[in-house]
Amino acid sequence: MKSLEAKVVVLGSQGVGKTSVVIRYVGGMFSKAVSPTIGASFFTYKMTLEQYRVKLQVWDTAGQERFRSMAPMYYRKANAAMLMYDITSLESFYDIKDWVKELKKNVDTPIVLCLLGNKSDLDSGRKVSKEDAEEYAASIDALFYETSALKNMGIEDAFLQVSKNLINLYETVPNSGMGGMLGHAQQAPPDIFSSGMTSGDVAAGGMKLTDGGKDSSRSDGNCPC
Amino acid sequence: MATDHREAEQPVNTSDSDFQEDVEFVETNCVPGKCNSAVFDTTDELDDLTLNLANGVIQNHRGTITSLIRKRAKRSNTLKDEEADQDLANSIASEEANSIEQSELSSELSEDENVKNGLEDLSLQDTESVPEESPSVTLIPSSSETDYVNSLEWKQQKKHIFILSESGKPIYSRHGSEDKLVTVMGVMQALVSFVQDDKDNLRSIVAGDHTFVFMNRDHLTFVGVTRGRESTQQMLLQLTYMYNQVISVLTHSTLVRTFKQHRNFDLRRPLSGAEKFFDNLLNLMDVEPGLLLTSVRCLPLDSSVRDIVSQTIVQHAKVKDLVFALIIAQNQLVALVRMKRYYLHPMDLHLIINLINASESFKAAESWTPICLPKFDATGFLQAYVSYLDEECQSCLLLLSVDIEAFYTLSECRAKIKERLDRYNALTAIGNSLQRHSYSVQQCSIGDLRHFLYKARSTAQYTSPELGPPYNTPEQQDRLFGLYHFLHDKVHSVSRPLKLLYHVGKYETLLGWVTQGFELYAVFGPLVTKNVAIHAVNKLLRWIKREEDRLFILSSVTF
Ligand SMILES: Nc1nc2c(ncn2[C@@H]2O[C@H](COP(=O)(O)OP(=O)(O)OP(=O)(O)O)[C@@H](O)[C@H]2O)c(=O)[nH]1
Ligand SMILES: [Mg+2]
Repeated sequence: MKSLEAKVVVLGSQGVGKTSVVIRYVGGMFSKAVSPTIGASFFTYKMTLEQYRVKLQVWDTAGQERFRSMAPMYYRKANAAMLMYDITSLESFYDIKDWVKELKKNVDTPIVLCLLGNKSDLDSGRKVSKEDAEEYAASIDALFYETSALKNMGIEDAFLQVSKNLINLYETVPNSGMGGMLGHAQQAPPDIFSSGMTSGDVAAGGMKLTDGGKDSSRSDGNCPC
Repeated sequence: MATDHREAEQPVNTSDSDFQEDVEFVETNCVPGKCNSAVFDTTDELDDLTLNLANGVIQNHRGTITSLIRKRAKRSNTLKDEEADQDLANSIASEEANSIEQSELSSELSEDENVKNGLEDLSLQDTESVPEESPSVTLIPSSSETDYVNSLEWKQQKKHIFILSESGKPIYSRHGSEDKLVTVMGVMQALVSFVQDDKDNLRSIVAGDHTFVFMNRDHLTFVGVTRGRESTQQMLLQLTYMYNQVISVLTHSTLVRTFKQHRNFDLRRPLSGAEKFFDNLLNLMDVEPGLLLTSVRCLPLDSSVRDIVSQTIVQHAKVKDLVFALIIAQNQLVALVRMKRYYLHPMDLHLIINLINASESFKAAESWTPICLPKFDATGFLQAYVSYLDEECQSCLLLLSVDIEAFYTLSECRAKIKERLDRYNALTAIGNSLQRHSYSVQQCSIGDLRHFLYKARSTAQYTSPELGPPYNTPEQQDRLFGLYHFLHDKVHSVSRPLKLLYHVGKYETLLGWVTQGFELYAVFGPLVTKNVAIHAVNKLLRWIKREEDRLFILSSVTF
């Protein structure tokens, strides 16, 4: 089996739900008491997909203005960017444009873009229509999903499709900048995916295993890159 | 230190401490918690403040990070890929220090004296009297904004802290939304400007039982209003912490550059989300003596365990560009390892503790965040790797580096450190110590001693027992803290510093004692005589000496 390690950065304005979505995906739960991110938090997620062992290194960045100038540190060398807005906030949607501009300017390796409209459970307060977002996503050549961390909607799909596109990118673009670690993975012991509980999982109230061959856990950051 | 002995026997300038000749003082070579190799940067902020006010200069530490980055650049010059990093690092970490238009702190000493004396009179008033509500002074004619300012709830707050820009724009208020305080802050800035027009500086105003203290730094005005026991000096220290917190979020360079470009800039935007750090810092200052004493509290730990912890860090976090590695548990320092020749200042450590204490976010995952430590280098950011080591999220590991790309390396270090600490049961030992809640004053077995603060000056660390009866309610704790402020101010008084102070109050007797080696603030029951108190503190010093290995970090560990 081949192995792929990719860096995913989650960007978007303050409070749109970046951490909630990532914790929902990685930890399998939703906490109302999630607190604003300081700097950036690091999660990993491992799965098996299309003959690949995929390890996502997810950088959940802080939306607060004061960390804005630090963003390049987190999106540099990213293979995928998830751009998140809150469907109840038009401003957060407009902010995406700045992010796209910035990424286009500063990232020279090919990158998978995915636009996420979060808090889709709050449909009554919707300010950004699905159509507008779809149109915009197409214009920047990005995937698009509406998600809800609260109701656990759209998140699995989004990450799955991003991973598929990453594999595709890896196979078609030779210098995609992704951690192609064929040799390393082949030598790795089979239980590589079941590293023990860490504080990340604890905060998420114990980890929830998702189905079939998938397995979420936070790594100890032993990435070979 | 023979001088300690003499200092103590010849208290100067105080009517309070005419000690009899036969009073026996502690063995002079016994300074608990003393250490010859520096553990922390021990410059005392209070001394600094006094000095700065006298000279009209404020020291700014700068360039440390730049030089560290240059070192790194030299080392990695051969690697092409690193160049990009370098640019990024430079742009992020630090820039040529802009020349600073430091608002001059001119010092009209005579006037200051007057204020000071006025304050002393105030603090000498019967200490237990509850301040009466001053007749309601209406600051500004009524409107909805001023209704709020004139509300009892707002006025009755014990301490207000405001930050405003030079142009009078509100930036932060401890109580109430700063939006509603535009007018009040305008008045404050008007007062400040009015005095500045005369090439002078407004330092403090005493109005009834309220003291207003003003501090101008880098286009910002900090105002503290208190009806508590804090002196002007102590309020200045608190305002300095607030200033440092601003710097910690923005860096000094950014702050100065921003205001140079737009005098009217609304600083609330870049500070948005940092309000909780200001709030939390102020709350810490109300309960945590370490900030007042500019010193560090260590988690009581067998020195063998502490050695294991610091040696584990040395062995497994020995990576280039790592400046400080530390473990903090419930606001106490467990271990600190530092790069040779670089020291951590207690004020900076308090900012680090505040960062951890005020944010839940670190409990969710490993984090990587910029932080500026103003005492270390006010002009740039260090990168902090932050991660809890145990499932209960009690012991927090921080690795501070100048390498912005170090995250993955540091994350590996963390894994190894955690594994070793688990194997040696060190995390369990830390957990146990946390559960035991330090120690009770009874353990010192000194009759009638109720509580104390002991600071070892050479190591900038302090120890104190947990708060037991009668100080087991928030009100009583508050009162006790007020007593410490009173005592601390008396012995550090600029105009009349004391070595020793014996003070009989209504509910307790206080003894403050400052030598070159230590500061001791002890609180006894009300009936304790001078002699008994002296004997008691001698005994106490011997007890602390016996426990010093557990209570203090006595040797400095470097990579
Ligand atoms: N109704 C609803 N609320 C959500 C959803 N996702 C997040 N929230 C809430 O939105 C708020 C902000 O969520 P966070 O996950 O902290 O947002 P963030 O983007 O990580 O914020 P920063 O870290 O400050 O940039 C929290 O109160 C969440 O509970 C969602 O799908 N639906
Ligand atoms: Mg977040």
